[in-house]
Amino acid sequence: MTDFLTLFTIFVLSIFLGIEVISKVPSILHTPLMSGTNAIHGIILVGAIAILASADTTTLRVIGFLAVVLATLNVIGGFVVTDRMLEMFKGRGQQARRGQNARRGQNAAAPAAPAPPAEPAQ
Amino acid sequence: MTSALHWSYLAAAVCFILALRGLSGPRTARPGNLIGAFGMALALALTLSATHLSNVVLLVVAMAVGVAIGAPVARMVRMTAMPQMVAAFNGVGGGAAALVALADYIRSSNGAALSTGNRLAVMLGVVIGCISFAGSVVAFAKLQELITGRPIVYPGQQVVNGIMGLAALALTVTAIAAPHVGLVAMVGLIALGLGVAVVMPIGGADVPVVISLLNALTGLAVAASGFVLHNVVLIVAGTLVGASGTLLTRMMSQAMGRSLANIIFGAFGSATAVAGAEGAGGDRSVRSGTAEDIGTLLAYSNRVIVVPGYGLAVAQAQHTIRELADLLESRGVEVIYAVHPVAGRMPGHMNVLLAEADVPYEQLKEMDEANPLMPNTDVALVVGANDVVNPAARDSPGSPIYGMPIINVDEAANIIFLKRSMRPGFAGIDNELLYNPKTTLLFGDAKDSLSALVAAVKTA
Repeated sequence: MTDFLTLFTIFVLSIFLGIEVISKVPSILHTPLMSGTNAIHGIILVGAIAILASADTTTLRVIGFLAVVLATLNVIGGFVVTDRMLEMFKGRGQQARRGQNARRGQNAAAPAAPAPPAEPAQ
Repeated sequence: MTSALHWSYLAAAVCFILALRGLSGPRTARPGNLIGAFGMALALALTLSATHLSNVVLLVVAMAVGVAIGAPVARMVRMTAMPQMVAAFNGVGGGAAALVALADYIRSSNGAALSTGNRLAVMLGVVIGCISFAGSVVAFAKLQELITGRPIVYPGQQVVNGIMGLAALALTVTAIAAPHVGLVAMVGLIALGLGVAVVMPIGGADVPVVISLLNALTGLAVAASGFVLHNVVLIVAGTLVGASGTLLTRMMSQAMGRSLANIIFGAFGSATAVAGAEGAGGDRSVRSGTAEDIGTLLAYSNRVIVVPGYGLAVAQAQHTIRELADLLESRGVEVIYAVHPVAGRMPGHMNVLLAEADVPYEQLKEMDEANPLMPNTDVALVVGANDVVNPAARDSPGSPIYGMPIINVDEAANIIFLKRSMRPGFAGIDNELLYNPKTTLLFGDAKDSLSALVAAVKTA
C-alpha cells in the first residue's frame, strides 16, 4: 500500500515538523518535555503487538513477548512520570490561591480548575 | 477495519504533534501530555481490534506484566528520582524497537525476503535501539548511584570505542549484503557495548543531557522499525521524537553553556585535570561555624541570596528554607533565591521544589538576574549546591565543568555552605570555594541545619 518513497517523504516532513513544533521551550520545561517525548516513542508498542500477534515460532513468540513487555513499560511509565512532573507545577498556583483565601478568612477549598503555573521569567 | 486503523493512526499522529506543542508551554503542558496519552490509547485500541490476533494469551500477559511493573514504579518513585526513571523508561523503548526490528528480520526468512532498504532499516533499528537501551541502563545506574557519577575513563578508550564502531559498521554492511541472523545478533551485541562505552565517560551533571540524546535516538530507532513494518504512525511518532529530542538536547546543553560535543567527548583527556584538582584539596583547612554564629550573621544582613541545590531536594528541606526566609523577611532582610538552570538533577528541579513550598514567585531569580546583585549581597547561603557555584567553571580551563555559567557566590561578602560532608558535588570535582576565607561551612543534613538556623535567627 505504501511504497518506500511515500514513507520517506513522511519521514522527512516529520523531521521538520518535530523541530518547528517545539521551537522555544523555557528551561523549566526541558525535563517534562523530554519525558513527554519519551512516552510518545512508546508507540513502538503498536509494532511489538504486530510482531507478537503474528508470531508463529517459539523464537518469534519470545522476542515478541519481550518487546510487548518493554514497550508497555515505556508507554505507561512515560505518561505517568510526565504527568507527575507536571502535577508539581500546578501546585504553585493552587497553593497561592489557597493561601489568599485563607488570608481573607474564606473557605480554603482548592479551585476546581487547575491553575496555570506562573510563566518562568525569561 | 484496516481503513479505521489507518484513520486512527492519523488521529494519533495529530495528537502527538499537539502533545509536543502543548508540552513546550507551561500553561498547556499538562493537557498536552494527556492529549498524547489519548492518541496512544486510540492507536493501541484500534491496533488490538484490527489485528488478526493469534497468541492472544501471550499478548494479554505481556501487556499485563508491563502495566503491573510500570504503573506502580512510575507512581511511587520520589520526585528526586525522576530523571533516572525517564532514563529507564527510555531504555526499555529502545530495547523494544531493537527487538521489533530483529523479529521482522527473522520472520522474513532471516532477512533473505527483505529488500536492501528494509535490511538497512532493520540494522538501524537494531543498532540505535541497542545503543539507546544500554546507554540508558548506564545513565540510570549513574543517577541511581549504583555506579559512580564521575566520568569513567581509561587510557586508549577512544581507540577501543573507535574499533567497536568500525566493527559494527563493517558487520552492518555485511549483514545487508549477505543476510544472516547471526550477524544481526553480533551487531546488536556490539551496539550494546557501544551504548555502555559512550555513556560511561560522561560526568554526573551531564547525564540528563545524555538521557535526552538517548531519548532522541530511541525515537529514530522506532522510526526505523516503522520503515521495517511499513507502519506510518511509527515513522511519524518516532521521527517527531527524534527531531524534537535532538533540538531539546541542544537547548539543554546550551542552558549549561556547553556544546553537545563537549559534553559527550569532554571527559576524554580531562582525567588528569580531575585528579589534579582532587590532590590539591587534600590537606587544606576549611572553616566551619555554629548555627548560632551563622544565624546572627543572617539576621543582621541586608540581603541574603539563597542558592538551592540537590542537597535541598534530598533533605526535603524546601519548607524549612521557606520558614527561614519568611523569618528573615519579617526582620527586614531581603531574601532572594538564585536558581541555576541545572541546579538539582534536572532542569527546573529547584523551581518545582520551591513551588511546592509556596515560595513567592518574586523571590525566585534566574542566574542572570541574580549574579549582578551578588556584589551587594551580605550573605550567599548555598544549600546543598556545589558544582553550580564552583568557580572552577569560570577560572580553570582544565576542569570538566569549565565553561558552564555559574552563580558567582564568591562575589558576596560572606559565603555560607550547608553541606552534608566534604564530599565533592555530582561532577566529582573539588570546589575551591570551600577554602575561601569568606566561606563558613555548616555540616549536616540541609533540613536539620536550616531548622537550627531558624532557631538561631529567632534568638538573635
